[in-house]
Amino acid sequence: MNFETLSIDQARAALTSGETTATALAEAHYARIAQEDGKINSYLSLAKDRALAQASKIDALAKAGDPLPPLAGIPLGIKDVLTMVGSPATAGSKILEGYHPPYDCTAVAKLEAAGAVLLGKLNCDEFAMGSSNENSAYGPVHNPRALDRVPGGSSGGSAAAVAAGFCVASLGTDTGGSIRQPAAFCGVTGLLPTWGRVSRFGLIAFASSLDRIGPFTKNVKDAATLLGVMAGSDIMDATASHTPVNDYVAESQKPVAGLKIGVPEEYFGEGLDPEIRTAVEKSIADLKAAGCEIKKISLPHTRYAIPTYYVIATAEASSNLSRFDGVRFGLRDKSAPTLTGMYRQTRDAGFGAEVKRRILLGTYALSAGYYDAYYKKAQQVRTLLTRDFLSAFADVDAIVTPMTPTPAFKLGEKTDDPVAMYLADVYTVAASLAGICGVSVPCGNTKDGLPIGVQILGKHFDEGMALRVAQAVENAQK
Amino acid sequence: MSETVTLDVVRRVAELALLELKDDEVARMQKDLNAILGHIDQLNELDTAGVPPMAQVSEILGGQVEASAEALREDVVRPSIDRTAVLREAPEADHRFFKVPKVIER
Repeated sequence: MNFETLSIDQARAALTSGETTATALAEAHYARIAQEDGKINSYLSLAKDRALAQASKIDALAKAGDPLPPLAGIPLGIKDVLTMVGSPATAGSKILEGYHPPYDCTAVAKLEAAGAVLLGKLNCDEFAMGSSNENSAYGPVHNPRALDRVPGGSSGGSAAAVAAGFCVASLGTDTGGSIRQPAAFCGVTGLLPTWGRVSRFGLIAFASSLDRIGPFTKNVKDAATLLGVMAGSDIMDATASHTPVNDYVAESQKPVAGLKIGVPEEYFGEGLDPEIRTAVEKSIADLKAAGCEIKKISLPHTRYAIPTYYVIATAEASSNLSRFDGVRFGLRDKSAPTLTGMYRQTRDAGFGAEVKRRILLGTYALSAGYYDAYYKKAQQVRTLLTRDFLSAFADVDAIVTPMTPTPAFKLGEKTDDPVAMYLADVYTVAASLAGICGVSVPCGNTKDGLPIGVQILGKHFDEGMALRVAQAVENAQK
Repeated sequence: MSETVTLDVVRRVAELALLELKDDEVARMQKDLNAILGHIDQLNELDTAGVPPMAQVSEILGGQVEASAEALREDVVRPSIDRTAVLREAPEADHRFFKVPKVIER
């Protein structure tokens, strides 16, 4: 069994044929993790009791000849910003040290109800704030394709664990690129669902108007499968949409001939690595060869996406992270005699530098005298950025862009320069602000063997279309 | 357009955010905030007069897709998480309440 390429379909075939069992498959993944994760650092905790109990339940079903649920026995890893009863939830932060949430994240619970085996919790940037996974309080994750390089962030552990074959698929979260960028850096598929498509209940909030949960997989079809299980409304999240859930697998397998594909000039400008440009242009040529009509389009406000994002995301974060105060969960500095002192000392001891930086920036942007100049201004530009996409999608079915300006960079390369780090998100944040869906799909390697990703963007609630175009890109790689 | 953020402003914002920063952290944050705000100043190139601010996605979609936040659930009583399971996670609690350092001085 090749664990690095083991897909949901392959694992399911091996389980139904009796070649393996859910228990054996889970144990085999744990053995790989024990042997090899020391050099990657992708898992923060393992959920062996819960995983093996679920696996033996699935094995009993199989033995009795009962029908198996769609994800029966599929081993998954979960980003450690999502809650799972029985496992710690650290969000990559010291401030949540020791916290065991008493409830399950809806998306995670839905996967388990569909038969999935939840192996454990995956490393990430602290509170999902970062583009390299170097902001985790539990150490950086190393890219399995090049150990001296970052896996991307913030869902670096989720991308690395899939690439290294430490799970069949994983869950990550994406606020400004945190699924798509690490998927590209590690050479796996990542799906950003439309904002509101998947319930956020049980996701430790960073920026609520931007946060989304989505899968990392070995191929496009697996991403469609997992989305179909997780999507839908939730009584625990009023922003989880009632828009009907489609058959994403069926949609993703439709031919692409006749589709109109938009290529925005703003995503191919200065700063784009020439090898990435060549690989992405090759994918666009592949789509044309498959019968797509390629149209040049313009998304004129693209260059304002990063400054807009770093105002809105930090403003929301400064509010969301006020709940970490040493009262209800996690860390408390017990040396302070006063309540305010306790809050401040706990937050000082518990938060890392990037989280403090973003809380400060967000607090500044929301403070009296600056609200209109920063927060309101950014919200207005967010409207302009979203209108760019809405008018583009009036003419095209999907948009294709490079996923990242460069391949995975070296550990430590950008840690001293927050602006340089933020600029790594140049191709991801506009779609985040607009709330549209997208897929990050591998489209080749640099001559040094580093993975390259291409981004396929679809309109709101049109994941089926984005996955369909992504599938055509994947097919052309074979 | 943005004024330079001074050390005093950093200290004031840290106080608002309930963050305690050491002196070297204050200096580092001042440098970083000025660099980031300098980048954010690009937004002023855009004339946004009359553009409505967008707080979340469903607003701008209007009738295009169902505005998700409009769907309210039925108002019925459901079980909530057991109190003991919640208080077990607190750094300090008695059996009914979270405990914090004394707030009111006599």
